[in-house]
Amino acid sequence: MTIAIKLALVREQFSLCLDTELASTGITAIYGASGVGKTTLLRWLAGLDQHPGELHFNDQCWQRDRHFTPAHQRQIGYVFQDSRLLPHLSVQGNLDYAWRRRRNDHGPSQSELIDWLGLAPLLKQNAATLSGGQQQRVAIARALLSSPQLLLMDEPLAALDHVSRQHILALLEQLQAHHRVPVLYVSHNLEEVSQLADQLVLLEQGNVTAQGSMLTLCQRLDLSLSHDPNAASIIVAKVSHHDQHYGLSELSINGKQKLFLPTVNETIGQSLKIRIPARDVSLSLQRPVHSSILNILPCTIEAIEHSHHTKRLVRLNLGQQSLLARLTHKSVDTLGLQPGQRVYAQIKTASLLSERCYL
Amino acid sequence: MLAEQDCAALWLTLRLALTTTGWLLVIGTPLAWWLAHSRWRSKPLLEAIVALPLVLPPTVLGFYLLLAFAPDSPFGHFWLTATGQPLAFSFSALVIGSVLYSLPFVVQPLQAGFEQLPKGLLEAAATMGANRLDQFLSVVLPLTQRSFIAAASLGFAHTIGEFGVVLMIGGNIPGQTQVLSIALYDHVESLQYTQAHQLAAGLVIFSLLLLSLLYKLNRPQLLIKSASK
Repeated sequence: MTIAIKLALVREQFSLCLDTELASTGITAIYGASGVGKTTLLRWLAGLDQHPGELHFNDQCWQRDRHFTPAHQRQIGYVFQDSRLLPHLSVQGNLDYAWRRRRNDHGPSQSELIDWLGLAPLLKQNAATLSGGQQQRVAIARALLSSPQLLLMDEPLAALDHVSRQHILALLEQLQAHHRVPVLYVSHNLEEVSQLADQLVLLEQGNVTAQGSMLTLCQRLDLSLSHDPNAASIIVAKVSHHDQHYGLSELSINGKQKLFLPTVNETIGQSLKIRIPARDVSLSLQRPVHSSILNILPCTIEAIEHSHHTKRLVRLNLGQQSLLARLTHKSVDTLGLQPGQRVYAQIKTASLLSERCYL
Repeated sequence: MLAEQDCAALWLTLRLALTTTGWLLVIGTPLAWWLAHSRWRSKPLLEAIVALPLVLPPTVLGFYLLLAFAPDSPFGHFWLTATGQPLAFSFSALVIGSVLYSLPFVVQPLQAGFEQLPKGLLEAAATMGANRLDQFLSVVLPLTQRSFIAAASLGFAHTIGEFGVVLMIGGNIPGQTQVLSIALYDHVESLQYTQAHQLAAGLVIFSLLLLSLLYKLNRPQLLIKSASK
């Protein structure tokens, strides 16, 4: 199950040259700065634009030499940044539009999606009168109703306010439970990407600079990912205890270290992905004894990244996993931090990323 | 009541206007779609040709059509061999003349409607599996419905009111090529003012009703562009 991509698009101010294969399972994020060509790539994959190249989806040839499969024959779903609901139809009408043209009966039913995305109160409304977040929920339902074999999402949350964004993000985490379809998710928002994606394709200056599992890539100090202000490491931990008195859950990392989070609704033994922003990790040479910070983990410095002149990015070893800490240049010098040194990481915030966990 | 000849003229005029409007929609829709979306460099020239009947005296168009319809011209000869009927002074000649003469009244509102249609909606429809025809029927048509109504009404009304072109290419054969405006002209020439009043007032009321209906559809911006002759 792969998407084989060969694209050679060269313009005066812009180029996008890719020769790669994407795994067509789970959610793959295409991440890169604005203007790098993410949308161009996605539109070409959908068949909305024609560029020189070659494209195969599993055993189907979508583009080769003079052959070009038009968008309406590719059996895809597309969620646009501007939801593009049909303004002459009601919400129900928009859902019916996709449902009548569905490719097979394996996809989710209307009632299932209406339930999941909370569309019931909107069904009779005209599509044009909805708020941004409501429109996008309808657009997601519509794309899934046509039972696509590949779902393309182009920054579906970028135009939304914070509250709607969080709401839909939480819904999108359950996407695979409703329709097991490969998803390509374009975004320039690292938080969104790390929350949703299993796989990541890093697009820089018109090229793929790295691709692989989200967990591995976000620990690499040589990639732009770890230099983003929102850079974070993702740790897998198991629920080991619930403390009802303080409203905390205790999670264990590699069976040795403990991490506390506000109570999570998971059974003991469940593996979870935890996101720890690099800017919220500080280091200390001795175990702090009089600190309000709950989460203090002993670990070893693996590497220190020096490219920035005032900041240092430190990768810490936590058993088989890694934790990133962003420190000032001055702190690193004052403490005399070196790779191989034992230190204590104080974690100010850690958040639950996802209820599911693929390892 | 109307005389028999006037009734025939009324019936012929309605038949001509309906046939013309039908052909105008068939020809004008793809033409307007192309004009709305093409980036061809000579497009302004084609737009000018379509708009020409707005500014030319109808007699100029009629004069050239008359020459083209003559049995010894290539087009007239082709028509004669293809259909076995001479084209000049026939109902078909009137239809061809009216189609050309009313073309801008249909193409311009349609073109404006198509240009306002967000292209992204068609892309969204395509990603849900709608082919071109499906996109046209399920997205373009419902969203440009008003442009179509405006285009058809203007084409229809303008054909009803036509005089110069018909006079040049149709002759004035009662029951065959004599339309209302020409019957009216005949009445005035022969000082039959009562009959002339009936036809004239009838046309005024009809046109007024049709245009009021159009403006009620609340898309004045489309109408101003094409009706400002």
